[in-house]
Amino acid sequence: MRLKSTLENYLFILPAVVIFSVFYIIPFFYVFMLGFTDWDGIMPAWNWVGMGNFKEIILQDPNWWQSMLNAGWITVIALTFQNILAFLLAWACDREIRLKNFYRVIFFIPPVLSEIVVGMVWRFIINDVDGANMINRTLTQIGLPNLVHNWLSDPKTALTTVAIVHSWKGFGWGFLLFLAGLQTIPRELYEAARVDGANAWQSFKNVTIPLMIPVIVLVAILTVLGTMQAFALIIGLVGGELAGHTSVPVLRILASMRGSSRFGYACAQAITFGVVLIVISFIQYRFSKKAKA
Amino acid sequence: MAGRKFGLVFLALCMFSFIFSGCGGSSKESAKSTINIWYWMTDRDAPLQQLAKNYEAKTGIKVNFELFAPSDAYSQKVRAAAQGFNLPDIFGVLGEKRDFASYIKAGHVLDLTPYMDADAGKWRNCFYAKALEVNEFTSAGVYDVKPGVYGVPVDIMTIQMLYNKSLFKTLGLNPKKPPVTFDEMIALGPKIKEAGLQGFVSGWGELWMIDCFANNYAFNIMGKDKVLATLKGEVPYTDPDWVKVFSIFKEMNNAGLLSKSIITMVNKTAEQLFANEKAVFAFNGSWCVNVYKGMNPNLDYGAILPPKISEKFPMAIWGGAGSSFMVNARSKNKEEAVKFLQWLTDTEQQAYLAQETNNLPANKNSLSKIPEILAQFAKGMEVATHPNVWGLSESSAVIEAVDKGIQSIILGEKTPEQVAADVQRVKERELAKRKK
Repeated sequence: MRLKSTLENYLFILPAVVIFSVFYIIPFFYVFMLGFTDWDGIMPAWNWVGMGNFKEIILQDPNWWQSMLNAGWITVIALTFQNILAFLLAWACDREIRLKNFYRVIFFIPPVLSEIVVGMVWRFIINDVDGANMINRTLTQIGLPNLVHNWLSDPKTALTTVAIVHSWKGFGWGFLLFLAGLQTIPRELYEAARVDGANAWQSFKNVTIPLMIPVIVLVAILTVLGTMQAFALIIGLVGGELAGHTSVPVLRILASMRGSSRFGYACAQAITFGVVLIVISFIQYRFSKKAKA
Repeated sequence: MAGRKFGLVFLALCMFSFIFSGCGGSSKESAKSTINIWYWMTDRDAPLQQLAKNYEAKTGIKVNFELFAPSDAYSQKVRAAAQGFNLPDIFGVLGEKRDFASYIKAGHVLDLTPYMDADAGKWRNCFYAKALEVNEFTSAGVYDVKPGVYGVPVDIMTIQMLYNKSLFKTLGLNPKKPPVTFDEMIALGPKIKEAGLQGFVSGWGELWMIDCFANNYAFNIMGKDKVLATLKGEVPYTDPDWVKVFSIFKEMNNAGLLSKSIITMVNKTAEQLFANEKAVFAFNGSWCVNVYKGMNPNLDYGAILPPKISEKFPMAIWGGAGSSFMVNARSKNKEEAVKFLQWLTDTEQQAYLAQETNNLPANKNSLSKIPEILAQFAKGMEVATHPNVWGLSESSAVIEAVDKGIQSIILGEKTPEQVAADVQRVKERELAKRKK
C-alpha cells in the first residue's frame, strides 16, 4: 500500500521531472559533450577532439578574448553609469516628489522595448549617413561643431556609444529593484538620524547605503550577467563586429555556429563563457557576504 | 477517493502527452499528394503561391509553400530540421559549399543527376551551366561527396557595380560612359565629395560583400590560378598581388569614394541610399532590381563590371545560381517533388517568375523578354564565378581575417601590408590544423 502511494507520488512529479530533464538537463549535458567534438551542426556523426576546442579558445583565438574585453568595458559602464543613474532616480522617486508614479512608468519603458528596436532607433538618432543625425545636428546648433563625430563607425567611440545606449536601455531594471529596496527601509531610521543631527548626506551614507547593500549586490550581479550576454543591441546599432571593435562573446559564438559551421567550437566557447560568468558571480557573492559582515 | 486519484493520474498523463505532442515532425505525416516546400525569398511569395495554385489545377497535387524569413532564420530552421530528420520535401541550403556537402553526406539531399541526364540531358541543358555548377559536385572537389547534381537553380544572379545615371549628369559626367578603369573611378572621388554626395555604398557591414568585392579584384590582379593556389596554401597572402588587392580599399577610401559608414552598413541601408539618389555607386546583386523598383521606380541606373585595375587578367564577378532548391532524399514524395521542380524550372514558369519578381531566370530559354537593366546583369554571367564552383574553399577563419582586415584598412588602423601579414598568420595556423 505504501509502495503504491509512493509510486503514485512519483507519477505526479514525473511530468515535471521529464520536462526539466528534456529542456534543461539533457541540453546542458549535450552542449557540454559537443564542446569536445568537431560537430558541424549538420552531419549526424562527429569526431572527438578532446580539449582541442578549449585549447584553441584559450591559446589561439585572440578574437574571443578581444570580445571578452569589449563585453567587460560595456559591463564597467553599466555597473557605474547605468547603476548610479538607476540608484539616483530611484532615490528621487522614493521621496515625496510630484508625478513620481509617472516617472516610474517612464523609466521602465526602455527595458521592455526590444533590443533590436532600441538599436535601430538609436542608430537612426546617432548615425549621420542613414539616420537623422540628430546628435551631430544638435552639437552643431549649440555651437559645438568640433564635437561632431561619426560615433558608430569610429572604432574609438563605437564601443562606448554601444555601452551608453545599453545603459539607457537597461537602467530601468535597476531602478525598479533599487526603488523596491529603498521602500523597505523603515522611515523611523531616517527620523532617528535626523533627531541625532544627521544631515541629508549623512543619512544617505549611514542609513540608506548600508541597508541597500544586498540590493546593490543583486543589481550588480544581474547587470554583469545581462550585459556580458548583450548582442542584439549591437547588431541593431552597429550591424556587426566593426572589425572586432564591437564584438562580444555571444556574437563570437554566433559567428562560430553560423559563419563557420563549427558547432562543437561554439559549444566550447559557450562553456568557457559560462564558466567566466559563474566565477564573476561567485566573486560578487563573496564580496557581498563580506560587505554584509 | 480511488476515482479521484485515477482522475488526477489521468490528468497528469494527458498533460504529459499534450506537452510532447508538439515535438514530432510534420513532413513525414503529410499526405502523398501534398508537396511541402520551405523557402526564404519574401519578394517571390505571391508569384510562388500563384504557381502552386496553377500546379494543383494542372496535376491535382497540392504544393504548400511555407515562407521562413529572413535567410538567417531560414538557415537555422533548415539546420534544426535536418538534425531532427524533419526536413520538408523541398528546401534550400544557404551558405557555403561545405555546408551543402555536409547535408548531402548526412543523407538529406537527393542526387538529381539521373533526372538531369534523362532524355539526353533535357532538364540539365535548359539551365545556364554556371547556375548548375553551384549545385554540382565533381570528382575533383575536396568535399568527399559522390559527384552529381544535388540542387535545382530557380534563378540566377550576378553581383556588379551600379552607377546612378542622373547623378552622373548632375556631376557633369557622361552617363553613357561609366568608369572603365580603377583609376578613372578613383578620379571621381573628389568631385563626388565636393558635390556633397556619397560615393560608393554597399552592405560591407555584413562582411561577405567585402569578400566578394576583394575576390573580384584578386581575379583581375592575379588570375584564377593564383587565387586558387592561395587557397591551397601555395601562395602566401603576403604576396605583392594580395597586398595590391588590399590596397584598393585604402585607395578608394583615400579618394573619398567610400561612404563614411560603409563598414557598419547593412545592404538594406546601402540599397536605400542608392535608391534615394544619395550615392553615385553601389555594389549589389541582381536581386536589387526588384528592391530599387519598390523603393524608387524612377531610379535611372546602369550595371557595370567593377572597373578593372589590371589588363593582365579579366575581371571576374560573383554569380551563378541565385536561389536553389534541394529535394529531401528521405521524403516519401521525392518523385513528385522532382516533377514539380521540373515544371517550376520550365520556360513558361521561369518567364512568369522573372516578369513578376525581376530576378534573372535560371532557364536560359526564358531570357528573351527581360528589362534592359536585367539584361545588363545577365551579361555579367559571361565573367561570373563563385567560391562554390572552385572545388575548394578557404577556411572561415581566414575569410574572417581578410574581411576584418579590410575593415581595419578602411578605418585607417592597419596598412595593407599589416593586414596581409595578419591574414597569412591565420592561414598558417589553419593549414597546421588541417595537417594535424
